[in-house]
Amino acid sequence: MYCVAVRWTRHYDEIVSEDDMSMTRPRRATAWRAFTVGLLVVVAMALFGEPAMASPQEADPEYRTLPFVSSRVVMWIIAELHLMFAAFVLAVPMFAVIIEYIGYKTGDKRFDQLAYDFTKLLSVSFSFTATLGALLTFALIVLYPALTKYLVKIFSWTFLPYVLLFFFEAVFLYAYYYGWGKFSPRVHLFLGIMLNLVGTAIMFIANAWLTFMNTPSGIDEMGNLTSLWDAINNYIWMPINIHRLIANMAFGGAIGAAYGAYKFLGAKTLKEKAHYDWMGYIGIFIAICALLPLPFAGYWLGVEIYAYDQSLGITLMGGTFSWLFIVQAVLIGNLFLAANYYLWLSMGRIAGAERYRHLIKYLLAVITLCFIVWATPHSLVATVEEARAMGGSHHPILNVLGVMSAKNTAVNLLILTTYVSFLLYRRANKEATVSWAKTGNLVQFGIFAVVVIFVVFLGVLGYFVDAQTRIGLSQPQVYSVLFAMVSVTVIDIFLFRGANTRGSIEWGKIPARAQYALFFLAITFAWLMGLMGYVRAGMRQHWHVYGVIRDTSVDAFTPTLGFAGMIVSITVIIFFLFIAVVFYLTGLAGKKNYEAPEKSGRRRFRRAKKANTQVPAGSAAPDAS
Amino acid sequence: MNLLPLLLIVALLVAIRFATVRWLPLNRLAWLAIWWVAIYAGLATGIDPPLPSSIIVLFMAIVSLALVAYLSADSDELTSAIKAVNTFIVEPRFRIGLIIVAVAVPALTAFKVYSDLSSPPQPPSSGRTIHPPPPASINVSGQTVNLATATNPYRELEHSDQAAFAEHVANGRRIYFENCFYCHGDNMQGAGMFAHGYDPIPANFNDPTTIAMLQESYLFWRIAKGAPGLPSESTPWSSAMPAWEEFLTDEEMWDVIIFLYEFTGYEPRAQGMPH
Repeated sequence: MYCVAVRWTRHYDEIVSEDDMSMTRPRRATAWRAFTVGLLVVVAMALFGEPAMASPQEADPEYRTLPFVSSRVVMWIIAELHLMFAAFVLAVPMFAVIIEYIGYKTGDKRFDQLAYDFTKLLSVSFSFTATLGALLTFALIVLYPALTKYLVKIFSWTFLPYVLLFFFEAVFLYAYYYGWGKFSPRVHLFLGIMLNLVGTAIMFIANAWLTFMNTPSGIDEMGNLTSLWDAINNYIWMPINIHRLIANMAFGGAIGAAYGAYKFLGAKTLKEKAHYDWMGYIGIFIAICALLPLPFAGYWLGVEIYAYDQSLGITLMGGTFSWLFIVQAVLIGNLFLAANYYLWLSMGRIAGAERYRHLIKYLLAVITLCFIVWATPHSLVATVEEARAMGGSHHPILNVLGVMSAKNTAVNLLILTTYVSFLLYRRANKEATVSWAKTGNLVQFGIFAVVVIFVVFLGVLGYFVDAQTRIGLSQPQVYSVLFAMVSVTVIDIFLFRGANTRGSIEWGKIPARAQYALFFLAITFAWLMGLMGYVRAGMRQHWHVYGVIRDTSVDAFTPTLGFAGMIVSITVIIFFLFIAVVFYLTGLAGKKNYEAPEKSGRRRFRRAKKANTQVPAGSAAPDAS
Repeated sequence: MNLLPLLLIVALLVAIRFATVRWLPLNRLAWLAIWWVAIYAGLATGIDPPLPSSIIVLFMAIVSLALVAYLSADSDELTSAIKAVNTFIVEPRFRIGLIIVAVAVPALTAFKVYSDLSSPPQPPSSGRTIHPPPPASINVSGQTVNLATATNPYRELEHSDQAAFAEHVANGRRIYFENCFYCHGDNMQGAGMFAHGYDPIPANFNDPTTIAMLQESYLFWRIAKGAPGLPSESTPWSSAMPAWEEFLTDEEMWDVIIFLYEFTGYEPRAQGMPH
């Protein structure tokens, strides 16, 4: 164990020292916290950890094990928690800066306050992210030394920029947070933009490490590095970068909305309710805006995985992990349903929205149908008798719904339907006054109709063409949906320029169940992240680095779906316990300062005075101060 | 599809709608309950062959969620529905109806339990993974075949030498009918003369979700290694496919792959995509 401690120290020096030597006070506190936690882990490992697969002569075991719990589960939970917090910390500054900019341009102070409310969540979350990151590093070094050594060998040149960027992120983040109202708006916005750029760069570097493990490139047959850039720019690096950027926005928006819901439910005044209702709405607006293009990014990622190696692709979507994609479909279907539900409830606070209420049932019918198509498995769970009746595990009718042609069509229509809900919400209290209003509406309807027909046509066509063409058909589907959303929005902006208003939006006038829908959305996003994080890592199966470093530990088996689901769920529960702490600590900022309780004698004196009775004997008189 | 029960359900819905407009107005909750029953009945009786119970449960869960969302998306409708339930429970004029519901719910539950327990024992349901993931490489005839990069060596003849390609197709046809059609059938629908002895039945190659989605190297692996070469994950695979490398040459296996695609009219999935 001595060797472990020495090597850990060396690694810590390499990885963390730069960061530690030159950081601001808050970041230093974070690092010390992380250091302490890490130290505790190392001590615990030293006391309880056992080298696995190591003969007495071997100084460097490939693995170390823990008592009671497998190393893989420990790494799994820590990594996922770190990822969730990192996603949140990277996402919030993105939309905080945009909201702040809107406030700056419009001069509306409410936007500035809203951006600040979101940013307040960052301080504690950043500390948690750093602590979990340190814990992840230590656990990796101690539990998987051989793998860590290999990754360090490949990516050693990326660590220095990573640490430097991390340092800059701490500086920009705390300058952005503590400097609110202290700098000129332009300087403050610049700090926010820099925070985003640095945060994104950090994520891109870390993504290179993890994507290399899935689709290694830039190495020779012996696993030696031949090109660092190729190792970084591997098959799924850029798809993961884009996918995570968008997913982080969706996740961060949903958690921010949950915070708004939490504050709304505890609000004492109408003004507070109105503010936090608005905060919840803006949070979920951001989440849904990011959710809409997310399936496209996911599809691109899937295509690249398949392109790298069909084994990985088949394991992912058609083999061992395919059932998890059904779970994913159910969760995403729920996300779309809950997002639309929140929008429909939100229309209750807008005078004039009742005109569109009758359309909800049609939107819901489309959503339900698409949800069903998306969640239909290719091979069905069936008893022997049921399977015999079907002639196998494929149902002759439902079979066609189990493949990507149907699912791509369903998801595109789901996106369009959600957009329509947004559009109805947007125009709920508006009455167009332009002379071409009728034509404009007709054109908008025409665009929707043509795009829906086109998307369905391509979906059906997918069954009659070869696989390569079918994969290509997803692109025109995506572009046509994007075209519909952009063109209809542009028309809508001009259509309602100078529009009459039927009434104002009464913020705060929304049922409590809408706030629970926001909680539901945040939890579902977190669950989804946990699930797909597992799928991305798990598809390597018995490889640490696919095709290069084989997993020879006692955990080198694919866990059952039930076990995986349980670990993901436990991780989500732990994450929300942490988030509850973040919400509580953030909420302290608005509380009154602590006042020392008065002495009992003085209290009794005051009470007696209030009651206009004689001061009890022996009571101390209040002093003049 | 079973059109008769579906038409009957639609006719009943129309009749109820007509009746409620004229004589008996129903609130939204009652309507949603009717829709729920109608959709369940449609799924349970309107599709042939019948859907497995697992898929009906999944669909009805989604439908239930949607109906609850619809009911509660409008505060007035929700309040009205809750009021109607309260009225049904509290007001004496609904006492008989309440007693019927109070007896019917546990009675239906008891009937379900009885029917489940009195039916003959069944092996547990299983979710079958249809595409086993191939290994990175396999060893056939003493040579390592990298499945990520391997291509059919005779595929290029399709454009460069059509006569030679036709010979490979003819050879593939001969091999198929000498070895494969007993299980996979003479039209490749997985309904060969031995098929009824297997559970599950052999793959249907005309199905656009089988060979049409796969690369030729994948088929080469499945044919060469058969059931014994299936991976250990996601077992049991329940496959009786022999390892044909013990009976056929590499060329014969590639030829039969060409014939499978020629016969079904599908193109194999191409290898390599944008990075």
